[in-house]
Amino acid sequence: MSLNSADIKRIAHLARIEVSDTEAEATLSKLTGILGLIEQMQAVDTTGIVPMSHSQDVTQRLRDDVVTETNQRELFQSIAPAVKDGLYLVPKVIE
Amino acid sequence: MINKSLKQLGAMLQGKEISSVELTQEFLNRIDRLNPEINAFITLDKEKTLSQAKHADSLLAAGKGTALTGLPIGQKDIFVAKGWRTTCGSKMLETFVGPYDADIIERFDGVGAVNLGKTNMDEFAMGSSNETSYFGKVQNPWDRSRVPGGSSGGSAAAVAARLCAAATGTDTGGSIRQPASLCGLSGLKPTYGLASRFGMIAFASSLDQSGPMAKSCEDMALMMNVITGFDKRDSTSLNREKEDYTRDLNKPLAGIKVGLPKEYFAEGLGADVAKVVNEAIAEYKKLGAEIVDISLPNTQLSIPVYYVLAPAEASSNLSRFDGVRYGHRAKEYGDLMDMYCKSRAEGFGAEVKRRILIGTYVLSAGYYDAYYLKAQQIRRLIAQDFENAFKQCDIIMGPTAPSTAFKAGEKADDPVAMYLQDIYTIAVNLAGLPGMSIPAGFAQSADGKRLPVGLQIIGNYFDEARMLNTGHAYQQVTDWHTQMPEGIE
Repeated sequence: MSLNSADIKRIAHLARIEVSDTEAEATLSKLTGILGLIEQMQAVDTTGIVPMSHSQDVTQRLRDDVVTETNQRELFQSIAPAVKDGLYLVPKVIE
Repeated sequence: MINKSLKQLGAMLQGKEISSVELTQEFLNRIDRLNPEINAFITLDKEKTLSQAKHADSLLAAGKGTALTGLPIGQKDIFVAKGWRTTCGSKMLETFVGPYDADIIERFDGVGAVNLGKTNMDEFAMGSSNETSYFGKVQNPWDRSRVPGGSSGGSAAAVAARLCAAATGTDTGGSIRQPASLCGLSGLKPTYGLASRFGMIAFASSLDQSGPMAKSCEDMALMMNVITGFDKRDSTSLNREKEDYTRDLNKPLAGIKVGLPKEYFAEGLGADVAKVVNEAIAEYKKLGAEIVDISLPNTQLSIPVYYVLAPAEASSNLSRFDGVRYGHRAKEYGDLMDMYCKSRAEGFGAEVKRRILIGTYVLSAGYYDAYYLKAQQIRRLIAQDFENAFKQCDIIMGPTAPSTAFKAGEKADDPVAMYLQDIYTIAVNLAGLPGMSIPAGFAQSADGKRLPVGLQIIGNYFDEARMLNTGHAYQQVTDWHTQMPEGIE
Protein backbone atom coordinates (compact mmCIF):
# COMPACT_ATOMS: atom_id res chain seq x y z
CA MET A 1 0.00 0.00 0.00
CA SER A 2 2.78 2.45 0.74
CA LEU A 3 3.83 4.32 -2.37
CA ASN A 4 7.15 5.83 -3.33
CA SER A 5 7.88 8.60 -5.79
CA ALA A 6 8.66 6.08 -8.55
CA ASP A 7 5.09 4.79 -8.15
CA ILE A 8 3.81 8.35 -8.47
CA LYS A 9 5.72 8.78 -11.72
CA ARG A 10 4.34 5.48 -13.02
CA ILE A 11 0.73 6.41 -12.14
CA ALA A 12 1.22 9.88 -13.60
CA HIS A 13 2.42 8.32 -16.82
CA LEU A 14 -0.69 6.13 -16.95
CA ALA A 15 -2.73 9.32 -16.46
CA ARG A 16 -0.70 11.12 -19.15
CA ILE A 17 0.40 13.90 -16.80
CA GLU A 18 4.05 14.98 -16.76
CA VAL A 19 5.48 15.30 -13.24
CA SER A 20 8.95 16.43 -12.27
CA ASP A 21 10.89 14.67 -9.48
CA THR A 22 10.14 17.55 -7.09
CA GLU A 23 6.43 17.41 -7.92
CA ALA A 24 6.41 13.63 -7.45
CA GLU A 25 7.87 14.07 -3.95
CA ALA A 26 5.31 16.74 -3.00
CA THR A 27 2.45 14.69 -4.44
CA LEU A 28 3.62 11.58 -2.60
CA SER A 29 2.94 12.95 0.89
CA LYS A 30 -0.52 14.25 -0.06
CA LEU A 31 -1.51 11.04 -1.82
CA THR A 32 -0.29 8.96 1.11
CA GLY A 33 -2.64 10.91 3.38
CA ILE A 34 -5.59 10.37 1.04
CA LEU A 35 -4.84 6.66 0.60
CA GLY A 36 -4.66 6.36 4.39
CA LEU A 37 -8.19 7.71 4.52
CA ILE A 38 -9.33 5.27 1.84
CA GLU A 39 -7.73 2.38 3.74
CA GLN A 40 -10.53 2.62 6.40
CA MET A 41 -12.69 0.65 3.95
CA GLN A 42 -10.64 -2.50 4.38
CA ALA A 43 -11.97 -3.02 7.93
CA VAL A 44 -15.49 -3.63 6.59
CA ASP A 45 -16.66 -7.16 5.81
CA THR A 46 -18.39 -6.89 2.43
CA THR A 47 -18.75 -10.60 1.68
CA GLY A 48 -21.81 -11.21 -0.46
CA ILE A 49 -22.79 -7.55 -0.89
CA VAL A 50 -23.77 -6.68 -4.46
CA PRO A 51 -21.78 -3.64 -5.64
CA MET A 52 -23.93 -0.56 -6.25
CA SER A 53 -23.00 1.23 -9.44
CA HIS A 54 -26.11 3.36 -9.65
CA SER A 55 -28.68 4.66 -7.17
CA GLN A 56 -31.73 3.90 -9.29
CA ASP A 57 -32.56 0.48 -10.65
CA VAL A 58 -32.72 1.53 -14.30
CA THR A 59 -31.59 -0.04 -17.56
CA GLN A 60 -30.01 1.56 -20.57
CA ARG A 61 -32.56 3.03 -22.97
CA LEU A 62 -32.45 2.02 -26.62
CA ARG A 63 -33.44 4.20 -29.55
CA ASP A 64 -34.14 3.52 -33.19
CA ASP A 65 -31.02 3.23 -35.33
CA VAL A 66 -31.55 6.41 -37.30
CA VAL A 67 -29.47 9.53 -37.89
CA THR A 68 -30.35 12.14 -35.25
CA GLU A 69 -27.40 14.53 -35.36
CA THR A 70 -26.38 17.03 -38.00
CA ASN A 71 -22.79 17.53 -39.11
CA GLN A 72 -21.25 20.44 -37.17
CA ARG A 73 -17.63 19.77 -37.99
CA GLU A 74 -16.74 23.41 -38.68
CA LEU A 75 -18.30 24.64 -35.47
CA PHE A 76 -16.64 21.96 -33.34
CA GLN A 77 -13.27 22.35 -35.02
CA SER A 78 -13.35 26.12 -34.58
CA ILE A 79 -12.35 25.57 -30.93
CA ALA A 80 -9.58 23.03 -31.63
CA PRO A 81 -5.92 23.92 -30.98
CA ALA A 82 -4.80 22.89 -34.49
CA VAL A 83 -6.77 21.75 -37.56
CA LYS A 84 -6.12 21.52 -41.29
CA ASP A 85 -8.49 20.52 -44.09
CA GLY A 86 -11.10 19.40 -41.58
CA LEU A 87 -8.65 17.19 -39.68
CA TYR A 88 -7.20 17.56 -36.18
CA LEU A 89 -3.44 18.01 -36.25
CA VAL A 90 -1.14 16.08 -33.89
CA PRO A 91 2.57 15.23 -34.01
CA LYS A 92 3.41 12.55 -36.55
CA VAL A 93 2.78 9.05 -35.15
CA ILE A 94 3.51 6.87 -38.23
CA GLU A 95 6.86 7.09 -40.00
CA MET B 1 -35.09 45.75 -4.24
CA ILE B 2 -31.95 43.60 -4.22
CA ASN B 3 -33.26 41.55 -1.31
CA LYS B 4 -36.51 40.64 -3.01
CA SER B 5 -37.21 37.03 -3.87
CA LEU B 6 -37.63 35.63 -7.38
CA LYS B 7 -41.32 35.39 -6.60
CA GLN B 8 -41.53 39.09 -5.66
CA LEU B 9 -39.36 40.28 -8.55
CA GLY B 10 -41.41 38.14 -10.93
CA ALA B 11 -44.58 39.85 -9.71
CA MET B 12 -42.98 43.28 -10.28
CA LEU B 13 -42.09 42.29 -13.84
CA GLN B 14 -45.56 40.93 -14.53
CA GLY B 15 -47.12 44.06 -13.03
CA LYS B 16 -44.91 46.28 -15.27
CA GLU B 17 -43.46 48.02 -12.19
CA ILE B 18 -40.02 47.39 -13.63
CA SER B 19 -38.65 45.97 -16.87
CA SER B 20 -36.27 43.05 -17.16
CA VAL B 21 -33.69 45.36 -18.76
CA GLU B 22 -33.87 47.71 -15.74
CA LEU B 23 -33.69 44.84 -13.27
CA THR B 24 -30.83 43.17 -15.11
CA GLN B 25 -28.93 46.46 -15.37
CA GLU B 26 -29.31 46.95 -11.61
CA PHE B 27 -27.63 43.59 -10.96
CA LEU B 28 -24.96 44.25 -13.61
CA ASN B 29 -24.17 47.56 -11.88
CA ARG B 30 -23.83 45.73 -8.57
CA ILE B 31 -21.52 43.20 -10.20
CA ASP B 32 -19.38 46.03 -11.62
CA ARG B 33 -19.07 47.49 -8.14
CA LEU B 34 -18.63 44.39 -5.98
CA ASN B 35 -17.32 41.59 -8.18
CA PRO B 36 -13.74 42.91 -8.52
CA GLU B 37 -13.30 41.99 -4.84
CA ILE B 38 -15.75 39.13 -4.29
CA ASN B 39 -14.82 37.42 -7.60
CA ALA B 40 -18.08 35.48 -7.78
CA PHE B 41 -18.26 35.69 -11.59
CA ILE B 42 -15.62 34.44 -14.01
CA THR B 43 -17.24 35.61 -17.24
CA LEU B 44 -19.72 38.38 -18.01
CA ASP B 45 -21.16 39.25 -21.40
CA LYS B 46 -23.37 42.29 -20.89
CA GLU B 47 -24.41 42.45 -24.51
CA LYS B 48 -25.76 38.89 -24.48
CA THR B 49 -27.30 39.35 -21.05
CA LEU B 50 -29.11 42.55 -21.95
CA SER B 51 -30.34 41.17 -25.24
CA GLN B 52 -31.91 38.29 -23.30
CA ALA B 53 -33.49 40.86 -20.97
CA LYS B 54 -34.93 42.73 -23.98
CA HIS B 55 -36.33 39.48 -25.31
CA ALA B 56 -37.88 38.78 -21.89
CA ASP B 57 -39.49 42.23 -21.91
CA SER B 58 -41.09 41.47 -25.27
CA LEU B 59 -42.42 38.17 -23.91
CA LEU B 60 -43.81 39.97 -20.87
CA ALA B 61 -45.37 42.70 -23.04
CA ALA B 62 -47.06 40.02 -25.14
CA GLY B 63 -48.46 38.41 -21.99
CA LYS B 64 -46.30 35.32 -22.56
CA GLY B 65 -44.29 35.61 -19.35
CA THR B 66 -44.07 32.74 -16.85
CA ALA B 67 -42.71 32.58 -13.28
CA LEU B 68 -39.03 33.13 -14.16
CA THR B 69 -39.34 35.27 -17.30
CA GLY B 70 -37.01 38.26 -17.14
CA LEU B 71 -35.25 37.21 -13.94
CA PRO B 72 -31.43 37.40 -13.91
CA ILE B 73 -29.85 34.07 -12.90
CA GLY B 74 -26.14 33.34 -12.35
CA GLN B 75 -25.04 30.15 -14.12
CA LYS B 76 -22.27 28.03 -12.65
CA ASP B 77 -19.38 27.95 -15.10
CA ILE B 78 -19.64 24.15 -15.31
CA PHE B 79 -22.59 24.46 -17.73
CA VAL B 80 -21.70 24.78 -21.39
CA ALA B 81 -23.54 27.73 -22.94
CA LYS B 82 -23.48 28.51 -26.64
CA GLY B 83 -21.25 31.46 -27.44
CA TRP B 84 -20.27 31.86 -23.78
CA ARG B 85 -16.78 31.16 -22.53
CA THR B 86 -17.13 28.08 -20.32
CA THR B 87 -14.05 27.37 -18.18
CA CYS B 88 -15.12 24.99 -15.39
CA GLY B 89 -12.69 27.01 -13.26
CA SER B 90 -9.72 25.55 -15.15
CA LYS B 91 -6.79 26.81 -17.19
CA MET B 92 -7.53 23.77 -19.38
CA LEU B 93 -10.67 25.55 -20.65
CA GLU B 94 -9.49 29.15 -20.32
CA THR B 95 -10.40 29.98 -23.94
CA PHE B 96 -13.14 27.39 -24.49
CA VAL B 97 -16.31 28.91 -25.99
CA GLY B 98 -19.36 26.67 -25.74
CA PRO B 99 -20.51 25.35 -29.13
CA TYR B 100 -23.92 24.28 -27.76
CA ASP B 101 -26.20 24.77 -24.75
CA ALA B 102 -26.39 22.51 -21.71
CA ASP B 103 -29.88 21.20 -20.97
CA ILE B 104 -30.20 23.51 -17.94
CA ILE B 105 -29.20 26.55 -20.02
CA GLU B 106 -31.78 25.62 -22.67
CA ARG B 107 -34.43 25.27 -20.00
CA PHE B 108 -33.77 28.68 -18.42
CA ASP B 109 -33.55 30.30 -21.89
CA GLY B 110 -36.78 28.52 -22.80
CA VAL B 111 -38.74 30.27 -20.03
CA GLY B 112 -37.17 33.65 -20.82
CA ALA B 113 -34.87 33.84 -17.80
CA VAL B 114 -31.75 35.99 -18.19
CA ASN B 115 -28.24 34.50 -18.00
CA LEU B 116 -26.43 37.08 -15.89
CA GLY B 117 -22.99 35.50 -16.21
CA LYS B 118 -20.88 32.45 -15.42
CA THR B 119 -20.04 31.96 -11.74
CA ASN B 120 -16.73 30.98 -10.23
CA MET B 121 -16.12 27.47 -8.92
CA ASP B 122 -13.46 25.07 -7.76
CA GLU B 123 -11.56 23.67 -10.75
CA PHE B 124 -13.71 20.94 -12.33
CA ALA B 125 -15.89 21.18 -9.19
CA MET B 126 -13.15 19.55 -7.09
CA GLY B 127 -12.99 21.43 -3.83
CA SER B 128 -14.92 22.67 -0.82
CA SER B 129 -13.60 26.23 -0.59
CA ASN B 130 -13.44 27.64 -4.13
CA GLU B 131 -9.69 28.01 -3.65
CA THR B 132 -8.77 25.62 -6.46
CA SER B 133 -10.25 27.88 -9.18
CA TYR B 134 -7.70 28.95 -11.81
CA PHE B 135 -9.55 32.29 -11.85
CA GLY B 136 -8.84 33.10 -8.23
CA LYS B 137 -10.52 32.49 -4.93
CA VAL B 138 -13.95 33.86 -4.01
CA GLN B 139 -14.68 35.92 -0.92
CA ASN B 140 -17.44 34.98 1.49
CA PRO B 141 -19.66 38.10 1.66
CA TRP B 142 -20.22 37.55 5.42
CA ASP B 143 -16.50 37.84 6.13
CA ARG B 144 -14.26 38.61 3.18
CA SER B 145 -11.29 36.81 4.76
CA ARG B 146 -13.20 33.52 4.70
CA VAL B 147 -14.06 31.03 1.97
CA PRO B 148 -17.59 30.76 0.52
CA GLY B 149 -17.37 26.96 0.44
CA GLY B 150 -17.32 24.96 -2.74
CA SER B 151 -17.43 23.87 -5.33
CA SER B 152 -20.37 26.18 -6.21
CA GLY B 153 -18.69 28.99 -4.23
CA GLY B 154 -19.16 31.67 -6.89
CA SER B 155 -22.89 30.99 -7.14
CA ALA B 156 -23.23 31.05 -3.34
CA ALA B 157 -21.27 34.29 -2.92
CA ALA B 158 -23.20 35.89 -5.80
CA VAL B 159 -26.57 35.16 -4.20
CA ALA B 160 -25.32 36.12 -0.71
CA ALA B 161 -23.94 39.46 -1.96
CA ARG B 162 -27.18 39.99 -3.92
CA LEU B 163 -25.31 40.10 -7.24
CA CYS B 164 -28.05 37.98 -8.77
CA ALA B 165 -31.58 36.97 -7.86
CA ALA B 166 -30.63 33.28 -7.79
CA ALA B 167 -28.04 30.94 -9.26
CA THR B 168 -27.48 27.38 -10.35
CA GLY B 169 -25.04 24.94 -8.81
CA THR B 170 -23.94 21.34 -9.07
CA ASP B 171 -23.43 18.90 -6.23
CA THR B 172 -21.25 15.78 -6.42
CA GLY B 173 -20.43 15.46 -2.71
CA GLY B 174 -21.96 18.60 -1.19
CA SER B 175 -21.05 21.31 -3.68
CA ILE B 176 -24.47 23.02 -3.55
CA ARG B 177 -25.32 22.42 0.10
CA GLN B 178 -22.00 23.24 1.81
CA PRO B 179 -21.52 26.67 0.12
CA ALA B 180 -25.23 27.41 0.71
CA SER B 181 -24.60 26.69 4.40
CA LEU B 182 -21.42 28.80 4.58
CA CYS B 183 -22.99 31.76 2.72
CA GLY B 184 -26.44 31.75 4.36
CA LEU B 185 -28.68 30.73 1.48
CA SER B 186 -30.92 27.88 0.39
CA GLY B 187 -29.56 25.17 -1.91
CA LEU B 188 -31.05 21.89 -3.13
CA LYS B 189 -29.48 18.83 -4.73
CA PRO B 190 -32.30 16.85 -6.38
CA THR B 191 -32.67 13.07 -6.56
CA TYR B 192 -30.06 11.69 -8.96
CA GLY B 193 -31.51 11.60 -12.47
CA LEU B 194 -34.15 14.35 -12.08
CA ALA B 195 -32.00 17.06 -13.69
CA SER B 196 -30.18 16.37 -16.93
CA ARG B 197 -26.39 16.23 -16.93
CA PHE B 198 -26.23 17.08 -20.66
CA GLY B 199 -23.74 19.91 -21.13
CA MET B 200 -22.68 19.89 -17.49
CA ILE B 201 -18.95 19.22 -17.59
CA ALA B 202 -18.59 15.81 -15.96
CA PHE B 203 -16.73 15.23 -12.69
CA ALA B 204 -18.13 11.97 -11.22
CA SER B 205 -21.01 10.96 -13.46
CA SER B 206 -22.79 8.63 -11.03
CA LEU B 207 -22.94 11.39 -8.38
CA ASP B 208 -23.16 14.73 -10.26
CA GLN B 209 -26.47 16.55 -10.08
CA SER B 210 -27.44 20.18 -10.70
CA GLY B 211 -29.82 22.20 -8.60
CA PRO B 212 -31.01 25.64 -7.47
CA MET B 213 -29.28 28.09 -5.10
CA ALA B 214 -31.60 30.85 -3.99
CA LYS B 215 -32.77 33.00 -1.09
CA SER B 216 -35.77 30.86 -0.15
CA CYS B 217 -37.40 27.47 -0.58
CA GLU B 218 -40.25 29.06 -2.48
CA ASP B 219 -37.75 30.41 -5.04
CA MET B 220 -36.06 27.01 -5.24
CA ALA B 221 -39.43 25.38 -5.98
CA LEU B 222 -39.91 27.76 -8.92
CA MET B 223 -36.43 26.90 -10.21
CA MET B 224 -36.97 23.15 -9.73
CA ASN B 225 -39.99 23.43 -12.02
CA VAL B 226 -37.60 24.63 -14.74
CA ILE B 227 -34.50 22.51 -14.03
CA THR B 228 -36.06 19.06 -13.78
CA GLY B 229 -37.44 16.89 -16.56
CA PHE B 230 -36.51 14.06 -18.88
CA ASP B 231 -33.70 14.56 -21.37
CA LYS B 232 -32.94 11.82 -23.85
CA ARG B 233 -29.40 13.16 -24.28
CA ASP B 234 -28.49 12.05 -20.73
CA SER B 235 -28.53 8.25 -20.42
CA THR B 236 -29.21 8.49 -16.66
CA SER B 237 -32.05 11.02 -16.96
CA LEU B 238 -35.24 9.59 -15.45
CA ASN B 239 -38.36 9.57 -17.58
CA ARG B 240 -40.97 10.67 -15.04
CA GLU B 241 -43.98 12.89 -15.20
CA LYS B 242 -43.26 16.60 -14.60
CA GLU B 243 -44.04 17.75 -11.07
CA ASP B 244 -45.07 21.14 -9.71
CA TYR B 245 -42.66 21.63 -6.81
CA THR B 246 -44.68 24.54 -5.41
CA ARG B 247 -47.75 22.35 -4.85
CA ASP B 248 -47.08 21.42 -1.23
CA LEU B 249 -45.30 24.57 -0.04
CA ASN B 250 -48.08 25.61 2.32
CA LYS B 251 -48.99 22.24 3.78
CA PRO B 252 -49.02 22.19 7.59
CA LEU B 253 -46.11 20.26 9.12
CA ALA B 254 -48.04 18.83 12.07
CA GLY B 255 -47.24 15.16 12.53
CA ILE B 256 -44.21 15.05 10.24
CA LYS B 257 -41.59 12.65 11.58
CA VAL B 258 -38.12 14.19 11.60
CA GLY B 259 -35.22 11.76 12.03
CA LEU B 260 -32.02 12.96 13.69
CA PRO B 261 -29.07 10.69 12.86
CA LYS B 262 -26.90 10.35 15.96
CA GLU B 263 -23.78 10.14 13.77
CA TYR B 264 -24.44 13.71 12.52
CA PHE B 265 -24.27 15.10 16.06
CA ALA B 266 -21.21 13.15 17.20
CA GLU B 267 -17.56 14.16 17.58
CA GLY B 268 -16.37 16.44 14.81
CA LEU B 269 -19.39 18.76 14.84
CA GLY B 270 -18.55 22.27 16.00
CA ALA B 271 -20.37 23.25 19.23
CA ASP B 272 -21.44 26.57 17.69
CA VAL B 273 -23.00 24.79 14.71
CA ALA B 274 -24.66 22.17 16.95
CA LYS B 275 -26.29 24.91 19.03
CA VAL B 276 -27.87 26.60 16.00
CA VAL B 277 -29.02 23.31 14.48
CA ASN B 278 -30.61 22.24 17.77
CA GLU B 279 -32.45 25.56 17.99
CA ALA B 280 -33.79 25.02 14.47
CA ILE B 281 -35.00 21.56 15.46
CA ALA B 282 -36.72 23.06 18.51
CA GLU B 283 -38.51 25.43 16.10
CA TYR B 284 -39.66 22.43 14.08
CA LYS B 285 -41.11 20.89 17.24
CA LYS B 286 -43.16 24.06 17.66
CA LEU B 287 -44.39 23.57 14.10
CA GLY B 288 -45.68 20.16 15.10
CA ALA B 289 -42.83 17.90 14.03
CA GLU B 290 -42.28 14.67 15.90
CA ILE B 291 -38.57 14.01 16.53
CA VAL B 292 -37.23 10.48 16.06
CA ASP B 293 -33.71 9.31 16.91
CA ILE B 294 -32.20 7.37 14.04
CA SER B 295 -28.83 5.94 13.09
CA LEU B 296 -26.86 6.00 9.84
CA PRO B 297 -24.09 3.66 11.05
CA ASN B 298 -21.90 3.82 7.93
CA THR B 299 -21.62 7.63 7.82
CA GLN B 300 -17.88 7.64 8.54
CA LEU B 301 -17.26 5.32 5.61
CA SER B 302 -18.85 7.70 3.12
CA ILE B 303 -15.66 9.76 2.85
CA PRO B 304 -13.30 6.88 1.97
CA VAL B 305 -15.89 5.43 -0.41
CA TYR B 306 -16.35 8.80 -2.10
CA TYR B 307 -12.61 9.35 -2.46
CA VAL B 308 -12.37 6.10 -4.39
CA LEU B 309 -15.46 6.41 -6.58
CA ALA B 310 -15.33 10.12 -7.41
CA PRO B 311 -11.63 10.21 -8.41
CA ALA B 312 -12.04 6.95 -10.35
CA GLU B 313 -14.89 8.41 -12.39
CA ALA B 314 -13.07 11.74 -12.68
CA SER B 315 -9.88 10.14 -14.00
CA SER B 316 -11.94 8.56 -16.75
CA ASN B 317 -14.05 11.67 -17.50
CA LEU B 318 -11.06 14.01 -17.58
CA SER B 319 -9.15 11.82 -20.03
CA ARG B 320 -11.03 13.71 -22.76
CA PHE B 321 -8.79 16.73 -22.14
CA ASP B 322 -5.92 15.71 -24.38
CA GLY B 323 -5.03 18.94 -26.16
CA VAL B 324 -6.31 17.59 -29.48
CA ARG B 325 -9.95 18.56 -30.01
CA TYR B 326 -10.40 21.45 -27.57
CA GLY B 327 -8.85 22.89 -24.46
CA HIS B 328 -5.28 23.74 -23.60
CA ARG B 329 -2.36 22.47 -25.70
CA ALA B 330 1.21 22.98 -24.53
CA LYS B 331 3.29 25.34 -26.67
CA GLU B 332 6.37 23.13 -26.77
CA TYR B 333 6.33 19.36 -27.08
CA GLY B 334 8.05 16.48 -28.86
CA ASP B 335 5.98 13.48 -29.87
CA LEU B 336 2.28 12.80 -29.34
CA MET B 337 2.77 11.26 -25.88
CA ASP B 338 4.81 14.29 -24.83
CA MET B 339 2.05 16.57 -26.11
CA TYR B 340 -0.58 14.79 -24.01
CA CYS B 341 1.58 14.76 -20.87
CA LYS B 342 2.68 18.39 -21.12
CA SER B 343 -0.76 19.74 -22.10
CA ARG B 344 -2.38 18.00 -19.14
CA ALA B 345 0.42 18.94 -16.73
CA GLU B 346 0.00 22.61 -17.68
CA GLY B 347 -3.79 22.66 -17.99
CA PHE B 348 -4.78 21.01 -14.70
CA GLY B 349 -4.23 22.44 -11.22
CA ALA B 350 -2.76 20.54 -8.25
CA GLU B 351 -6.01 19.24 -6.71
CA VAL B 352 -7.38 18.03 -10.06
CA LYS B 353 -4.10 16.22 -10.75
CA ARG B 354 -4.19 14.60 -7.30
CA ARG B 355 -7.68 13.26 -7.93
CA ILE B 356 -6.80 12.00 -11.41
CA LEU B 357 -3.79 10.20 -9.91
CA ILE B 358 -5.87 8.65 -7.11
CA GLY B 359 -8.48 7.55 -9.64
CA THR B 360 -5.86 6.13 -11.99
CA TYR B 361 -4.25 4.25 -9.12
CA VAL B 362 -7.45 2.66 -7.75
CA LEU B 363 -8.45 1.58 -11.26
CA SER B 364 -5.01 0.26 -12.21
CA ALA B 365 -4.37 -3.44 -12.82
CA GLY B 366 -4.53 -5.54 -9.66
CA TYR B 367 -6.23 -2.92 -7.47
CA TYR B 368 -9.76 -2.83 -8.89
CA ASP B 369 -11.29 -5.32 -6.41
CA ALA B 370 -9.56 -3.87 -3.36
CA TYR B 371 -10.68 -0.33 -4.05
CA TYR B 372 -13.35 0.28 -6.67
CA LEU B 373 -15.41 -2.85 -6.12
CA LYS B 374 -15.07 -2.61 -2.34
CA ALA B 375 -16.21 1.03 -2.45
CA GLN B 376 -19.26 0.10 -4.53
CA GLN B 377 -20.17 -2.59 -2.00
CA ILE B 378 -19.95 -0.16 0.90
CA ARG B 379 -21.92 2.34 -1.18
CA ARG B 380 -24.79 -0.12 -1.03
CA LEU B 381 -24.48 -0.35 2.78
CA ILE B 382 -24.66 3.45 2.95
CA ALA B 383 -27.79 3.51 0.75
CA GLN B 384 -29.35 0.79 2.93
CA ASP B 385 -28.73 2.92 6.04
CA PHE B 386 -31.03 5.56 4.55
CA GLU B 387 -33.57 2.99 3.41
CA ASN B 388 -33.81 1.72 7.00
CA ALA B 389 -33.95 5.25 8.42
CA PHE B 390 -36.85 6.23 6.17
CA LYS B 391 -38.90 3.40 7.66
CA GLN B 392 -38.85 5.39 10.91
CA CYS B 393 -39.17 8.96 9.68
CA ASP B 394 -40.41 11.14 6.80
CA ILE B 395 -37.43 13.43 6.62
CA ILE B 396 -33.90 13.60 8.06
CA MET B 397 -32.33 16.70 9.60
CA GLY B 398 -28.87 17.60 10.77
CA PRO B 399 -26.02 20.01 10.13
CA THR B 400 -24.92 20.63 6.53
CA ALA B 401 -21.26 21.22 7.38
CA PRO B 402 -19.29 20.57 10.58
CA SER B 403 -18.17 24.21 10.86
CA THR B 404 -18.98 27.71 9.70
CA ALA B 405 -16.92 29.31 6.92
CA PHE B 406 -13.18 28.90 7.56
CA LYS B 407 -10.39 31.32 6.71
CA ALA B 408 -8.95 31.31 3.20
CA GLY B 409 -5.76 29.26 3.23
CA GLU B 410 -6.63 27.46 6.47
CA LYS B 411 -7.17 24.05 4.87
CA ALA B 412 -5.80 24.71 1.38
CA ASP B 413 -2.66 22.67 1.98
CA ASP B 414 -4.32 19.72 3.71
CA PRO B 415 -6.59 17.75 1.35
CA VAL B 416 -7.76 15.32 4.04
CA ALA B 417 -8.93 18.16 6.35
CA MET B 418 -10.71 19.75 3.38
CA TYR B 419 -12.43 16.47 2.49
CA LEU B 420 -13.90 16.22 6.01
CA GLN B 421 -15.95 19.37 5.26
CA ASP B 422 -18.30 17.07 3.36
CA ILE B 423 -18.81 14.42 6.06
CA TYR B 424 -22.58 15.13 6.34
CA THR B 425 -23.28 15.68 2.66
CA ILE B 426 -21.42 12.95 0.73
CA ALA B 427 -23.58 9.98 1.80
CA VAL B 428 -26.61 11.65 0.20
CA ASN B 429 -24.85 11.69 -3.20
CA LEU B 430 -23.69 8.09 -2.81
CA ALA B 431 -27.27 7.02 -2.12
CA GLY B 432 -28.63 9.27 -4.91
CA LEU B 433 -31.06 10.96 -2.49
CA PRO B 434 -32.19 14.60 -2.52
CA GLY B 435 -30.55 16.92 0.04
CA MET B 436 -31.02 20.56 0.89
CA SER B 437 -29.47 23.23 3.09
CA ILE B 438 -31.36 26.21 4.49
CA PRO B 439 -30.15 29.08 6.70
CA ALA B 440 -30.80 28.25 10.37
CA GLY B 441 -29.09 31.09 12.18
CA PHE B 442 -25.66 32.47 12.94
CA ALA B 443 -22.62 31.58 15.02
CA GLN B 444 -20.09 34.04 16.36
CA SER B 445 -16.51 33.36 15.29
CA ALA B 446 -13.52 33.79 17.62
CA ASP B 447 -12.72 37.07 15.86
CA GLY B 448 -16.25 38.36 16.38
CA LYS B 449 -17.74 37.71 12.95
CA ARG B 450 -21.35 36.67 12.50
CA LEU B 451 -21.31 33.59 10.28
CA PRO B 452 -24.27 31.68 8.79
CA VAL B 453 -25.09 28.09 9.77
CA GLY B 454 -27.05 25.74 7.51
CA LEU B 455 -29.60 23.09 8.46
CA GLN B 456 -29.51 20.06 6.18
CA ILE B 457 -32.79 18.42 5.21
CA ILE B 458 -32.57 15.02 3.52
CA GLY B 459 -35.61 13.47 1.87
CA ASN B 460 -36.45 10.09 0.42
CA TYR B 461 -36.19 9.61 -3.36
CA PHE B 462 -38.40 12.08 -5.31
CA ASP B 463 -39.57 13.74 -2.09
CA GLU B 464 -38.37 17.24 -3.05
CA ALA B 465 -41.86 18.77 -2.77
CA ARG B 466 -42.06 17.65 0.87
CA MET B 467 -38.53 18.92 1.57
CA LEU B 468 -39.39 22.32 0.11
CA ASN B 469 -42.60 22.34 2.17
CA THR B 470 -40.54 21.57 5.28
CA GLY B 471 -38.10 24.38 4.51
CA HIS B 472 -40.79 26.86 3.50
CA ALA B 473 -42.75 26.32 6.73
CA TYR B 474 -39.59 27.20 8.71
CA GLN B 475 -38.93 30.24 6.51
CA GLN B 476 -42.46 31.49 7.29
CA VAL B 477 -41.66 31.67 11.02
CA THR B 478 -37.96 32.70 10.87
CA ASP B 479 -36.09 35.44 9.03
CA TRP B 480 -32.57 33.97 8.80
CA HIS B 481 -32.98 33.57 5.04
CA THR B 482 -33.76 37.26 4.44
CA GLN B 483 -30.74 38.61 6.32
CA MET B 484 -27.98 40.20 4.28
CA PRO B 485 -24.26 40.57 4.96
CA GLU B 486 -22.95 44.02 5.84
CA GLY B 487 -21.08 46.11 3.31
CA ILE B 488 -22.87 44.97 0.16
CA GLU B 489 -25.35 47.86 -0.10
